[in-house]
Amino acid sequence: MSGPPVTPGTTPPTADPTATARGGQGDGGVVPVAQPTPTVVARRQGMFGAADGGDTSGYAGLSRLTVLPGATARPFGGWFDAVVDALEASFRGDGHDWDGPDSPVEAVVVDRGELTLHVRRHHLADVCRRLRDEPDLRFELSMGVSGVHYPDDTGRELHAVYHLRSVTHGRRVRLEVACPDADPRIPSTVDVYPTHDWHERETWDFFGIVFDGHPALTRIEMPDDWPGHPQRKDYPLGGIPVEYKGATVPPPDERRAYS
Amino acid sequence: MTPTTDQTTDRTTRGTGRPAEGTGRAFRDPYAADPLTESEALEGTVVTVGGGDWDEVVDTARLGEERIVVNMGPQHPSTHGVLRLVLEIEGETVTEARAGIGYLHTGIEKNMEFRNWVQGVTFCTRMDYLSPTFNETAYCLGVERLLGITDEVPARASAIRVLVMELNRIGSHLVALATGGMELGSTTVMMDGFRERDTVLRMLEEITGLRMNHAFVRPGGVAMDVTDTMCDHLDDMRRSLGKGVRDLELLMNANPTLRARLVGTGYLNLAGCMALGITGPPVRSAGLPLDLRRDEPYCGYEDYDFDVVTRTEADNYARLRIRVEEMWQSLRIIEQVTDRLRKEPGPVMVADRKIAWPSQISLGGDGLGNSLDHIRHIMGESMEALIHHFKLVTEGFRVPAGQVYAAVESPRGELGCHLVSDGGTRPYRAHFRDPSFTNLQAIPLMCEGAQVADVVANVASLDPVMGGVDR
Repeated sequence: MSGPPVTPGTTPPTADPTATARGGQGDGGVVPVAQPTPTVVARRQGMFGAADGGDTSGYAGLSRLTVLPGATARPFGGWFDAVVDALEASFRGDGHDWDGPDSPVEAVVVDRGELTLHVRRHHLADVCRRLRDEPDLRFELSMGVSGVHYPDDTGRELHAVYHLRSVTHGRRVRLEVACPDADPRIPSTVDVYPTHDWHERETWDFFGIVFDGHPALTRIEMPDDWPGHPQRKDYPLGGIPVEYKGATVPPPDERRAYS
Repeated sequence: MTPTTDQTTDRTTRGTGRPAEGTGRAFRDPYAADPLTESEALEGTVVTVGGGDWDEVVDTARLGEERIVVNMGPQHPSTHGVLRLVLEIEGETVTEARAGIGYLHTGIEKNMEFRNWVQGVTFCTRMDYLSPTFNETAYCLGVERLLGITDEVPARASAIRVLVMELNRIGSHLVALATGGMELGSTTVMMDGFRERDTVLRMLEEITGLRMNHAFVRPGGVAMDVTDTMCDHLDDMRRSLGKGVRDLELLMNANPTLRARLVGTGYLNLAGCMALGITGPPVRSAGLPLDLRRDEPYCGYEDYDFDVVTRTEADNYARLRIRVEEMWQSLRIIEQVTDRLRKEPGPVMVADRKIAWPSQISLGGDGLGNSLDHIRHIMGESMEALIHHFKLVTEGFRVPAGQVYAAVESPRGELGCHLVSDGGTRPYRAHFRDPSFTNLQAIPLMCEGAQVADVVANVASLDPVMGGVDR
């Protein structure tokens, strides 16, 4: 994928005067590309996976945060601003709230030359439809849905990730939708992208995310009566120890890990 | 709904030729020599309508209706592996088709979360077992982007990646044609296709050490360099393979039996492809030149001269011709890569010693293994080198937290790899968007309303590989 030029440009003209203010770039001149503010999703303890013995390594007290790239401030660089502006204009044109607490897009993350829109779940179908249909967006082709499980990201444990591709403009965008483990529901987008049929079934199968409105949300890879959702972090990998030349090799999830 | 007299008469006359006898099923003496048997055999159960309650007639007709649900697979020689098709048929016509998958699910994505980043290559190469080098390359491009070393991968490593991918594309397309031909009853196509594919596998074995499941493309480069001898063999292979592909072309392209089975069947137009996320030869057979090698070049594809093959018929025959033509384009690319590999020597792994695999594999007296120079260095010369080797192999390198999506054009379409790192030595999540998985969703669209025999041709022209579908 060809990312946007990393060199900062001028802030593109936006229909919305508050856009620059929100990004904290009031002058509108040449500004450095803002670094994403980090988001903490987990805390890791120790260095070697085994926690059953005494601390012979001295690394057990090591504590580290798992930090994912967080929201990026404007300007995002390249065509990223144009895409976000077009989406914003589309929503504002229909009188939707964009800046408030119920904004469809809660955060825009630009990392490693890729654009990620964090979408509030009840706006997902609307966002997808606009991304597909607006002439300036035209993300006609969806590459499907998959999930990621962040058990320590309280209240946002389950994420569904969508990769959309615009054949017209040669662009890609990633949508990320979070939902709590206690209420694992995300609206289905099969109406907008029929290709999501199997992808949503797979995400339900592996992560237990319920896609509301899916025509037939059943397991697809695992047997119909399978208990649990295997790709979740609390689901064990399983496996048996293997004996080789007198020594026993433990199953992969019980081997020493370098966390 | 009440039928008019005309319709009633017409239906009665056409169906049985016998006068109306009240409502319900016509009376038949089972012992009488019945002149109508032939007509009934041709047209199925005949319901004679002569006035009365229409609902009763409908009920009678429904009783005689023959809707058969056929389970095709998962163990069936013409479903490309363990694909299960549930077909509802009326006579020879398919009225509903559903695909059932999951019979080859092996939890590769889950397993990758328990191995370090380099070991992931060994897992993902086994997904789509007909295009292993594409799986590896998609994964490695993802890891490299996470590490931020995309620009540091040596040009020679990228060229070798292109070489093994294009060799693999030919091999994969040959299997697609060979198994497709076999499923349509042509064992000659099968034998020829697999024979030519063996040429490709022998070449891949010479380059990577293995015929399949190579684990050859590694984060930061490739496992082993390509020698000048291999380049000479590549030239020989191109000549013999060109002849083989030409023979297949002569055998298949104008073959009347093949054309009768493939032309006009399995129609899948551009709107259907876009809605269902179909990529690869199916979308190119609908006229859209969608090819990541051209749209979003990776591994230096922008430097090679090749055409994106398209057709507009959007049927099974068009997809067959596209695969044949793409093999010629791959041969063109291989010729250019071979020249480049001869002229431009260089490293095949990134210079960063904290990421690069500590040794290069070489061919010794007892087969492929760590090069003797490297063994001498770590065992006899430098303790630090031994520690470095040990740490990098057992612990692996850390990858900064974040997520990326890297995609390559596999023989079946867009193969995407979504990787999430939490900053550790293992992938936090690895997901592969396999083109076979998505393309299989087109089965109902292509098969419903078609003949049962077309189902086989339609599946063959999508060329799904169940190892990739189920992962």
